[in-house]
Amino acid sequence: MSTVAYITARGLFGRRRVLLLLPLPLLLVGLALICRAYDVDPADWGTPVLVGLGLAVVLPLIALIVGTGVLGSEVDDGTIVHILAKPLPRRDIILAKLGVAVLVTAVTTAVPLFVAGWLASSVDLGAGLAAGAVAGSFAYSGLFLLLSLLTRRPVLLGLVYILVWEGLLGRFVSGTRVLSIEQYVIAIADRISPSDLLTGRVSLTVAVIMAAIFAIGCTVAAVDRLRSFSMAGETS
Amino acid sequence: MTTVELRNASRWYGNVVAVNDVSMTLEPGVTGLLGPNGAGKTTVLHMMAGFLAPSRGAVTVDGAPAWRNPAVYRRLGLVNEREAVHGFLTAREFVELSAKLHQLPDPVGAAKRALELVEMIDAQDRRIAEYSKGMRQRTRVAAALVHNPRVLLLDEPFNGMDPRQRMHMMDLLHTLGDQGHTILFSSHILEEVEQVSGTVQVIVAGRLAASGDYREIRRLMTNRPHVFAVQSSNDRRLAVALIGEKSVSAVEIDATGLTVRASDYGSFTRALPRIALDEGIRLRRLLPSDESLESVFSYLLEA
Repeated sequence: MSTVAYITARGLFGRRRVLLLLPLPLLLVGLALICRAYDVDPADWGTPVLVGLGLAVVLPLIALIVGTGVLGSEVDDGTIVHILAKPLPRRDIILAKLGVAVLVTAVTTAVPLFVAGWLASSVDLGAGLAAGAVAGSFAYSGLFLLLSLLTRRPVLLGLVYILVWEGLLGRFVSGTRVLSIEQYVIAIADRISPSDLLTGRVSLTVAVIMAAIFAIGCTVAAVDRLRSFSMAGETS
Repeated sequence: MTTVELRNASRWYGNVVAVNDVSMTLEPGVTGLLGPNGAGKTTVLHMMAGFLAPSRGAVTVDGAPAWRNPAVYRRLGLVNEREAVHGFLTAREFVELSAKLHQLPDPVGAAKRALELVEMIDAQDRRIAEYSKGMRQRTRVAAALVHNPRVLLLDEPFNGMDPRQRMHMMDLLHTLGDQGHTILFSSHILEEVEQVSGTVQVIVAGRLAASGDYREIRRLMTNRPHVFAVQSSNDRRLAVALIGEKSVSAVEIDATGLTVRASDYGSFTRALPRIALDEGIRLRRLLPSDESLESVFSYLLEA
């Protein structure tokens, strides 16, 4: 399993795509620093920066880049075959890839969110946001890993989920929030560190259970899907 | 001894039938899977390698289904046609990682042996992205051989190789076959198959057209009539003269010239210039019109 994780990590950091992981966290921390430097009231900038940018954009987009990068890129270029043509349980392959995705996403998002939360209010808020980001990393990574096996365009479908489902429908149609990872993250962060800057719209129970369902359910489905991984023949 | 078997295996994609009711058993030694492009060779190989489920029938490795059964990869190595390799790794890293994924007790030693076998030791520490196509191919063969599988499946292994590399790969396949490995390689080039293996499976339009010893099949091929398109200064007179020639079995005449069917390729091509000279006819064009592999295969299919 560690060999799969090693190849996955080298593949992820060996592609230019990894550079996409840098600007968003930097933007998040940069904006927080500027607002803090100019003594802008956190009540004015906290929610748009932390939630509007941090939880609604930075976390899901980074999870999308990483989640589809650990498996989708290998499926795309065919290198996945080298890993699949080995007597390895498919569960181990998915868990190794999920592990890398969660770790990279969590580190890349929890650290800037912690710093931004700290600058906006307190270490507690930072810790709450970081914890939410870690929970979100599990759910998002599971989802995007599964999408990499379900479709040839996982990035596009992932963007539709982030922008349309969470971003658009999540704001106007309350029922869609139950299936919105962003809402689980807000609810978890808000519970750990209650703050006026965060407004959880789903209960903590729903958030925890649904995040677990996303993470575990998608992983189980991805394992099953990988067992049936097909390579099309020349006539297809 | 490991046996790979296809029993009435078919595979279709929607309405398109890629492989149609194919049954074959692979024995130790080298077998060539021959067929024109799009015949279904890759589909057959992918089914054997557990990367495609047969739509009907069964594909087994030592009696166990190949599909959804990763355990078959202990006995089976695959070199597929798509030359995707992790380009950021060196050949040594790539083969060692393959050995580790196979959980071999000595991955470094196994990788070294496999790289020696394909003569890649000298270049083993360069990144795969910098390799030529042939070197990449050999690296992939080394990775597929690192666990010393009883069965090795190769899809168009000679593509992109220069003559020396081709020769070396042929020798390697011979050696492995002689050692009792079961080797199946696909190719759309008759001569490649002829040089490497005695046993062939010929697949045309998804069906198994011929199977067995190459020489038998070759004989069948040489018996078929050869078709030539001929244009001359006087097609009608040439037609009359040609029909008297023993090696010519039929002559058709139309606006574009003659279509000549000859039962013996050599005799006809020797006789034609002589006849033209005797009749004082100038030959403008001589084209063997059915020498493509596809026509050879269709002949086999009809035979």
